[in-house]
Amino acid sequence: MIEAAPAARLLLSGDEGIARGAYEAGVHLATGYPGTPSTEIIEALARFPEITVQWSANEKVALDVALGAALSGARALCAMKHVGLNVAADTLMTAAYTGVGGALVIVSADDPGMHSSQNEQDNRFYARFAGIPMLEPADSEEARRFTRLAFDLSARYDVPVLVRITTRSAHTRSVVMAEEPLRLPMGGFVPDPRKYVMLPAYARARHPVVLDRLARIAAVDDPDFAATELRDRSVGVITSGIAYHYVREVLPNASVLKLNLTYPLPLDRVRAFAAAVDRIFVVEELEPFLEEMLRANGVAVAGKAFWPRVGELSPRLVRAGFAAAGVLPAEAPALAPEAMPRPPVLCPGCPHVLPLLALRKLGAVICGDIGCYTLAALPPLRAMDTCVAMGCSIGMAIGLAKSGLNAPVAAAIGDSTFLHAGIPALLDAVYNRARIVVLILNNGTTAMTGGQPHPGTGQSIRGEAAPAVDLAALCTALGVEHVASVDPYDLGATYLAVEEALAHDGVAVLITNRPCVEAPVKIRDIPYFVVAEACTACQLCMNLGCPAITWTDELWEGRPKVTIDGIACTGCTVCAQLCPADAIRPTTARVTS
Amino acid sequence: MSSSGVLIVGVGGQGVLLASEVLAAVCLSQGLAVKKSEVHGMAQRGGIVYSHVRYGPQVHSPLIEEGQGDVLVSLEWAEALRWASFLRAGGAVIVDAAQVVPPAACGDRRTWASVYPPLDLAPFRASGHEVYLVEARALAKAAGVARAANVVLLGTLSTRLEFSPDTWEAAIRRLVPAASVEGNLRAFEAGRSVEPVRAVDRGAPHVPRRREQRRFHLDIVEAWCKGCDICVRICPEDCLRLDAAGIVRVAAPEACSGCRLCEWLCPDFAITVREQKVRVGG
Repeated sequence: MIEAAPAARLLLSGDEGIARGAYEAGVHLATGYPGTPSTEIIEALARFPEITVQWSANEKVALDVALGAALSGARALCAMKHVGLNVAADTLMTAAYTGVGGALVIVSADDPGMHSSQNEQDNRFYARFAGIPMLEPADSEEARRFTRLAFDLSARYDVPVLVRITTRSAHTRSVVMAEEPLRLPMGGFVPDPRKYVMLPAYARARHPVVLDRLARIAAVDDPDFAATELRDRSVGVITSGIAYHYVREVLPNASVLKLNLTYPLPLDRVRAFAAAVDRIFVVEELEPFLEEMLRANGVAVAGKAFWPRVGELSPRLVRAGFAAAGVLPAEAPALAPEAMPRPPVLCPGCPHVLPLLALRKLGAVICGDIGCYTLAALPPLRAMDTCVAMGCSIGMAIGLAKSGLNAPVAAAIGDSTFLHAGIPALLDAVYNRARIVVLILNNGTTAMTGGQPHPGTGQSIRGEAAPAVDLAALCTALGVEHVASVDPYDLGATYLAVEEALAHDGVAVLITNRPCVEAPVKIRDIPYFVVAEACTACQLCMNLGCPAITWTDELWEGRPKVTIDGIACTGCTVCAQLCPADAIRPTTARVTS
Repeated sequence: MSSSGVLIVGVGGQGVLLASEVLAAVCLSQGLAVKKSEVHGMAQRGGIVYSHVRYGPQVHSPLIEEGQGDVLVSLEWAEALRWASFLRAGGAVIVDAAQVVPPAACGDRRTWASVYPPLDLAPFRASGHEVYLVEARALAKAAGVARAANVVLLGTLSTRLEFSPDTWEAAIRRLVPAASVEGNLRAFEAGRSVEPVRAVDRGAPHVPRRREQRRFHLDIVEAWCKGCDICVRICPEDCLRLDAAGIVRVAAPEACSGCRLCEWLCPDFAITVREQKVRVGG
């Protein structure tokens, strides 16, 4: 649908809007690393055969690749989630100095409210930090238009441009008007060491360029940078992104200055708006980014006094803020009923469960990492003690192991995360003679984000054959002495393999090999069922936290017996291996009488 | 003219997103502005899935504000309760009678009570909402597509909205897998004949709370215990440990659920589980 001809009216997500905009802007190359809510941008771009699209090993490499392409005169886009930009920040900060040759647009997909993230950092600060312009679309059509605009700005001012989107706008579908794509030639690489080799002497000359560029952009009076909507002059609201739509919904008659370019601020338009209205509010999600800049420029505004600095905004929160400010009548909030908790869980048949449970049972402190398996921290598994950022598990395990801890220390990390940021940490463990177990949960995909290929899967983003790294050989090459592999559906073998790894005096790597049951293909084997008469309600299977297993209302010695949802069961056999009463059987063995 | 809001909710894998895609396609085909907002990622792993669909001549917020939704469509009973506060006065609830009990609702090993809410319409009736309790799975199965419960609910939804059945049919034809189009259309039709209900007689809780709390004691014959570790490894409540002499000890007696696995699996008959009568709250 996104590939549709010009003038089509498409219902696209914000992510797809960005992809469409990049396509129309004549993007030649797009890179990224999967991360919610940015993943669909790169996936959507992969549907245009004329664009070179790749998943990179991590966000920094992705940005390096995009910058390299831009320096050779290409139009390049690099997309990542907000925390991914931390990984790529090293390149970003100096790319602002080198400039871009062709054009370079970096998309940061932020996650206010932490729907699927470990923090809710406000990446608008990166634009200010690096000294690059930033555009913030509020819906999918703006995502398309602003991405085109970002490429134009990047090419015109020789600067990387940040497009910031949030989960809400990234995952909201709204109407987009497709336009004709540009077809641009690539300029080719023109060596320019004073611009592209950031030796101290050359870099010193570039910093003033960064500042001068920003001043020139801020001085442009472009209606695309900010939209002034004058209505009732008694209340003026300065806002941007998704918050604009909440404001329009809640205060349809207020005057609004909608900032599209949120760095550098189009100050002339801001001052004209401030002069036209009586009271000015700033409604923005997360940090008082606009509020503080406006105050620093002498514009008297109120913002975080009325709206929270944490979490995602909503129409209700925007209304409550205006009520607190006396603009709207105060109203009693609707009482939401106390609802049953339904936390996300590991899928039925998830191959990560058993090895983590074995580590927990054997008393290891478990440093976790970013992926589905972080959910193992929740009851009943409770098999994760830390989770901070991509690749942290191994380094943190080294630190814990070297701090006189009286328990074995393990790191648990998925295959994609290991290849993203785990390799240098494992090298560190070997080099510094740490005594840790590294569990590589290899399910052959990037599961959390929906099953993207990576350098270990043997496939490119478009499903073409690609070289696949051999994890065991890689660990051996790094100098790990104990490298073992096990099938995580084999209860006894997994338990013994974990025990053996824990007994090793040094760095031990245990690789558990089983494909993810959900992606890239759904794996469904013969489902299992519970022979109710045989179940002693011991709850061992409930300890797996499998969503296919629940209590029935039939009790045994006061405890509920269990049942298996045959539609959800993937037939992984782990519960059947665990059941001491042999009450769990494959449905093929069901006796009909 | 103000915009309308339909909130479609359920649990990961039930087809919430397909249902909202069909509704959005219907709105789009009528030349309306439409925004459809949902969150992907971690939320889908067996957790809560929701999709706000807002449409009208012009739509700003993609999110329905609490207390302003026109219709709540829920593919699961407990999820309907969770989102009820988003309905406006007089709004309708269309809910599949299906119950997906999460492992987290079956976690209390003291009282053994499930926290899954009973099937009771009172919370909705008290707020003046009309309730359509749909046996969507059965209707979908009868239509020949067991997974089409979501489309059954769309059929019921279509009777509350202003769009003609033809526009729905066109959207369903375009969005469901080609092989199951006819079955999905039958499922849609089945949903159209569902009427609102006044009461329901299935108000029993999933697993009721037990009144008394039980405590257990392990008689361990130390001379027979050889420290083989079997009971320690198997204990579902992880309440056994070997002491320095290699003899099993109850490290967390309050956690023992009395399942007797240690007693049954001990190769040396060294453990006997006895219930201790204790009064709770006295």
